[in-house]
Amino acid sequence: MPRETFDRELQQLQDRLLKLGSLVEEALSASVEALRRRDHEAARAIIAQDEEINRHRFALEKDTLILIATQQPMASDLRTLAAILEITTELERMGDYAKGIAKIDLLIGDEPLIKPLIDIPRMAQKARDMLHRALTAFVHGDIELAQAIPPEDDEVDALYQQVYRELITYILADPHNIEQANYLLWAAHNLERTADRVVNICERVVFTVTGKLMEFEDAE
Amino acid sequence: MTNAKIQVEHLSFFYGAKQALSDISMVIRDRQITALIGPSGCGKSTFLRCLNRMNDTIHGARVEGRVLLDGQDIYAPGTDVVDLRRRVGMVFQRPNPFPQSVFDNVAFGPRVLGLHHKNDLEEIVERSLRDAGLWDEVKDDLRQDALGLSLGQQQRLCIARVVAVRPEVILMDEPCSALDPIVTLEIEELMKRLREEYCIVIVTHNMQQAARVSDWTGFFWLGKLVEFGATGDLFTHPREKLTEDYITGRAG
Repeated sequence: MPRETFDRELQQLQDRLLKLGSLVEEALSASVEALRRRDHEAARAIIAQDEEINRHRFALEKDTLILIATQQPMASDLRTLAAILEITTELERMGDYAKGIAKIDLLIGDEPLIKPLIDIPRMAQKARDMLHRALTAFVHGDIELAQAIPPEDDEVDALYQQVYRELITYILADPHNIEQANYLLWAAHNLERTADRVVNICERVVFTVTGKLMEFEDAE
Repeated sequence: MTNAKIQVEHLSFFYGAKQALSDISMVIRDRQITALIGPSGCGKSTFLRCLNRMNDTIHGARVEGRVLLDGQDIYAPGTDVVDLRRRVGMVFQRPNPFPQSVFDNVAFGPRVLGLHHKNDLEEIVERSLRDAGLWDEVKDDLRQDALGLSLGQQQRLCIARVVAVRPEVILMDEPCSALDPIVTLEIEELMKRLREEYCIVIVTHNMQQAARVSDWTGFFWLGKLVEFGATGDLFTHPREKLTEDYITGRAG
């Protein structure tokens, strides 16, 4: 093949994207776990770890731009590199969501939780699982897998609605719950947004494979 | 088709028994730049030369199909080939100025067409050199030997020589392959200015050049037009696998 070097470098960028993805997956799970177990030390570690995610993101972005500048990629190569830049940005934002959840743990401080966390960890698990498969779909150019993921966003949305309704009842029952309920709602919101961003990644997979820019519709 | 300048219909071309082009159909639009890309021997230059019948001079060459310039078939009997080549000018790979002064190079075409009035010639020479972006560099000494100019200047002089006879179409066959990268960019900028007034068709080996400069791109492979489309589309999401393989450097 005349483009062995290019292909190898492109492969390395995809590997690094997966690495970044796994850091973000880990941060999402760990942040909710820290919140659930009220583990402030873990929360602080996640906040520190976000710096690592940001470093990976910038390094990946820089090397992607270098590859574009030096190799003048065309067609599917160009689309793949453009998608890597997009997905990197999505991952960085998801990392921020995880950091936000860790901060919420610290904000709630040593207060006991007003309710045991059930649905929020479920949301995290679901979003993490969707993210993992979306990145797999990207590196394998698996359009069927990418198309199967967005409908699952409805499950995350449904969990979010459930958390929302439940927290409202806590607020109505006792105004002292308002502050913490708000924090927990924000944590759930971060997870809901994470799943939305996974859908964006799936759209990028479709673009990379087919060249078509499209948006997956919400089922509503 | 909107602003079609040249319509090529089922064009095939033969060098003796060897078929160099097979059944090419394409619409080339006015005031646009159309780039033709493909590996060596794919037929893109042969195709370009069909557009002003430059291939006529080759012994044993034969054309099938039609090439319509403003709706008139240029291969129809009775076509004035000299006038055709005035209307469809050509710029070549290596600058080929005549061993004469800058002025005489540009005035050559108009003189052949019967223009001898000094003031008219001066006006045409200045306008053509301005169009070619060369005027400011040579205006102080139009009597200087054209062969003393730099290669980039010589190529712009050749472009000035073409525009001096007021063509409608300018064909360019690898116009930058003998030029350095900066001069190449200058010629590309010039092409974009000329695009305001002319229909331009360029053959290039340099895909990035085709991507930078053209509005439309045609990809040739083994004498066939594999794909023709808007340049932005062809280089970001080509329809054909063969185009994809070629422009990503995995075929050819």
